[in-house]
Amino acid sequence: MAKHGAARDDEGSGVSGLRTVRGKSDLKGATSGRPHALDRLIHERLRLGIVSALAVNDSLSFSDLKKLMKTTDGNLSVHARKLEEADYIACTKSFEGRMPKTEYKLTALGRRALERYLDHMEALIRATRER
Amino acid sequence: MASVTPLHRTPTPEPPALHVRAMDNLAFIRDTMEAAGSFTAVSGWGMVAVGIIAWAAAVLAAVQPTPLQALYVWIAAAVIAPAVSLWATVRKARNAHVPILSGPGRKFLLSFSPPLVVGALLTLVLYRGGLVEMIPGMWLLLYGTGVLAGGAFSVRIVPVMGLCFMLAGTIALFSPPSWNGWIMAAAFGGLHIGFGIPIARRHGG
Repeated sequence: MAKHGAARDDEGSGVSGLRTVRGKSDLKGATSGRPHALDRLIHERLRLGIVSALAVNDSLSFSDLKKLMKTTDGNLSVHARKLEEADYIACTKSFEGRMPKTEYKLTALGRRALERYLDHMEALIRATRER
Repeated sequence: MASVTPLHRTPTPEPPALHVRAMDNLAFIRDTMEAAGSFTAVSGWGMVAVGIIAWAAAVLAAVQPTPLQALYVWIAAAVIAPAVSLWATVRKARNAHVPILSGPGRKFLLSFSPPLVVGALLTLVLYRGGLVEMIPGMWLLLYGTGVLAGGAFSVRIVPVMGLCFMLAGTIALFSPPSWNGWIMAAAFGGLHIGFGIPIARRHGG
């Protein structure tokens, strides 16, 4: 897994190509029948990593996620905050003895967002194969 | 002195195609899920189904006139149950968009299967040696060994289940043969259901 650099909002970077395919008929949502918009909130690598890791765990602590993502405290907290603000993840703070502990959980909204994102990526691959 | 910028820059490489980026993103998600380590392709509901099959086998085996015929019932269950479990596992992995034979899934299979192969061979040996009463204990011990070894690459609850099977196997080996049916029902039925439900609830099905 690549190391992530400084915390920055690079939602727009590297997705312009993906944006151009919005609205194509073969990128329709599986259930809604409407085209999926690319969820740029989880398109960013670190946020995508956080959501993916939480999707297969009940909950993960801040330090677990930091080790898993091989990132810095500042970087992780900035990106986790963005996901929290979008209600994709829920954060609980507690004390383990005298040590503060921050736990993250994926919300139902976050799980749906990841599923939509997976569908979108699969639709892109399918569309290329069908050409 | 100021640097000079050439008029004709070398052309920048083409950005990767959309589908390449999409595949890269899917690979990243899969790798992250695997590294997160808590995903278990082992299906909890599949285990519950295996437990129910084991209970049905225990009831059928109990009404058989000889231990050998009871053993045949258990062998039939040992053929049906893995097929059900495999189907549930493949379904779970597909729903989670995780390839079953990558990373932890492959490691689980490689660690889990050798004790089962040994178990099949020892079943033949013990059967030919007339030691049919020893077979249930040996099955439980080796099944537990496989689950424990494979569980090292899975969620914590899986190796704990392996240890419970090994304990049941040890009890079966050192207890009267008449207890074997009860121990098999308690272990293959009870443990699969008892551990299957929390795995299904906490680890994605």
